[in-house]
Formats: sequence, structure tokens, C-alpha cells
Amino acid sequence: MSAHEQFAEDLALHALGTLQGEERIALEKHLETCAACRLELDQLRGDMALMATATVGPKPPQRARQRLLDAIAKEPRGLNAVPARPRFNWAAALGWAAAALMFVVVVQLRRENFGLRESVNKLAQLTSQQTIEVANAQRVMDTLTASDTQAVTLVAAKGPPQPQGKAFYLKNRSGLVFVANNLPQLPPDKIYELWLIPPGAAPIPAGLFKPDARGNATVVNPPGLPAGVEAKTFAVTLESASGTHDAPHGTGVMQGGA
Amino acid sequence: MSSADAKVVSPDLALVSAIRAGDASAMASLYDRYSSVVYAVALRMLGDTGAAEDIQQEVFMQLWRNPSAFDASRGNLGAWLAVITRNRAIDALRKRRPETDPEDVVLSVVPDMAGEADRSRVAEKVRGVLSGMPAAQRSALEMAYYQGMTHTEIASKTGEPLGTIKTRIRAGLIALRKAFEA
Repeated sequence: MSAHEQFAEDLALHALGTLQGEERIALEKHLETCAACRLELDQLRGDMALMATATVGPKPPQRARQRLLDAIAKEPRGLNAVPARPRFNWAAALGWAAAALMFVVVVQLRRENFGLRESVNKLAQLTSQQTIEVANAQRVMDTLTASDTQAVTLVAAKGPPQPQGKAFYLKNRSGLVFVANNLPQLPPDKIYELWLIPPGAAPIPAGLFKPDARGNATVVNPPGLPAGVEAKTFAVTLESASGTHDAPHGTGVMQGGA
Repeated sequence: MSSADAKVVSPDLALVSAIRAGDASAMASLYDRYSSVVYAVALRMLGDTGAAEDIQQEVFMQLWRNPSAFDASRGNLGAWLAVITRNRAIDALRKRRPETDPEDVVLSVVPDMAGEADRSRVAEKVRGVLSGMPAAQRSALEMAYYQGMTHTEIASKTGEPLGTIKTRIRAGLIALRKAFEA
């Protein structure tokens, strides 16, 4: 059922002035937006006027005419004239409504635009900040891992340099950077292996590596390292290059507590 | 509009223009032209000559005070006065403040009734349509029209379903319209 059909019978009652309550409220709301139903209402009022013309009855008494003329004489036109009320113009009303709606939309768009610009500015600031942080991180990484990095180990004046390493571990992100130096050169069938040793648990393999000619080596974010693992100790062992590397079998080279 | 129509319509417009200018004699002429319709409607609805006179007085004084309330482009004067009278009579029946502003009364497709002969012809035709309706339909329409009864009140009085009453009233009004479209 269309809206027009739904209100068709109520329109007739409304034309007669007998529609009440919620039905009247609903119809009047519909009429605000439905030109077809407004036209039908006008036609029904015209139909209703036909009923009036067919009404028969006695003529009004003569005194009624004189009563009217006396009242008019007491109210000369121009003294009590009611100025014409501006007729309700649906087209104008719709125009004003559209203008009001446009104003609201423009205000809303400006507000949203302002909000978006603020968001863009914040994102730009964040991006800029992150770019700086990434550049710094990259610079650190380059410094640590580049082949031409000059690594200098300072030791006591006496005695040969000892192998040493430093592990940087970020457990929640599985981030691990290990830098070692003074490592002895490996035999052909051997390899160094780094281990992350949790408290009370078996060592977790944290990467295989070979030192360069100067005994320096790095391990960066070894794959397969589980996130969130507490590290009690890091250790380096000398392992066979072949075979499995899921558990330490070789000799220990160095270790340190976290 | 044909020249014949123009001849019939123009007296009303001339009277209203004169009333706007403050011509009391124009108001008297207008009264002579339409008081029978206004009074008949008021008397039929209120059933009391004194009350009908009061309503008639109120309707004509309203036009005298504010002739701009009538817009010739939105209905003819006789029909407009009849509808205003009915609305005021219903307000009186229900003892309520006027609910409809005369300026908001718009009538579409009402035949010209400025001349006595036109009014008689229209009235005769309407009475013919009403008498040709089923009794239940005519009764529902007259209760709504002349007594200002709501469809709920009519349904309660007749024992008919609400929907049936609504349908009868609407169909009755449209039957009147179609009689003048033919």
C-alpha cells in the first residue's frame, strides 16, 4: 500500500474536520511533504462545499441583515481592518527549508572539514615523527651491521682481547639484535649459534652466525623467535655446521645474564 | 475561462474589491447573495435559529474585517463562505475554539455558484447524487458533515466497523465530485 492509499480515507475525514488524535498528526505530517495529497485534500474540501450548497432551509430573518449592517457601521473598514496574513506558500516554504537545510549542511561540512584538517595535521606530525624515528633506527642498524663499520673494543691494556657480545632484546616484539666481536675464526665445519635461555626452560635457538675477518658478527631479529618469552640468559655456542640446531650440542663460547 | 463564466464570476470579485475599499453597501449585496446558503448550513448543523444567526453574523463580519482572507484563485466565494460556516458551526457544536483559519480554506474544482440560477442547478444536482447513494452511505456522510461526528462516533452509533465508515464517507464525497466532472 502506498502512502497515498494509506492516507486516502483519512484525507476525507480531515477535509470534514473530524480527524482527531494520532491519525490527524500522522496525516498532517505526511501532508507537509506530499503535494499530491495536499491537492487531493483541496479537492475533497471542494466536494464538501458541494454538500453545503445543497443544504436547504429557511431564509435568515430580516433582523439578521440589519444586525450585520449595524455591526459594519460600528466597524468602518480601515479602522479595524485586519492586514492580510501572508499565505502559506509551500513552494516558498520548501525553498526556505532547502536553504535552511543547505545552511546546516554547509555548517556541518565546514565542521567536518575542520576536523579532517586537524586529523590530517596530526597524521602529518605523526608521520614526520615516525620518519625521524625510523631514520634514527636505520642509522643505529647501519652502524651496528654495516660491513664497513669500524668496531673498536676497548679492553684492559694487558692481555689478549676476549670474545664478547651484547644482546639487545625486546621480548614483546620478538626483537633481538646481537653484536659480537673478538670471535675466533671458525673451522670450516663449525658455526656459532646464539641461544635465548628462559628461566627454567630449554634454550631457544636465536640464530646462526659467522664472524667476519676481524671477528665481528651480528644477528638481527632472527626468524622464528617467539614473542613474549622472558630471557634469563643469552649464550653463544660453537656448533657443527651440519645437522640440526634446535638444541645446543657444542661447546660454550660466551654467555651473559639479562 | 469563457466569457459566460467571466460574467458570473466578476460580481463576486467586484464585491470583494469594494469591501476591501470599505464599501458597506457591497457587504449588504454580498449578504443578499449568500446569506441563504450560510444561514441554511448553520441552522441545519446547529438546529437553533439564534445560534445560526450568530454564526452567520460571525462569518460575514469575518469577511468584512479581513476580506483578504478570501482568495478567488483558490475557490469561489459561495462555496468558501459555506465551508467557513460549516467549520464555525462544528467549532460551536464541539464548544471549542476555531480550529481552521479562513485563509487556509482552499477549495478545488467547485462549480461556479455566483448566480442564483447556478446555485439552484448545483444544489439540485448534489441532492440528486445524495438521494442516489445507499442509505447507509448517505447517513454516514451526513453525520460527518452536518453533525461533525468523527468516524469513531459514527461507528459507535451505527455499529459498523471503523474502516467501513471511513470508506463510505470518502466514497460519498468523491461521488459528488464525479457528478460534476461528467
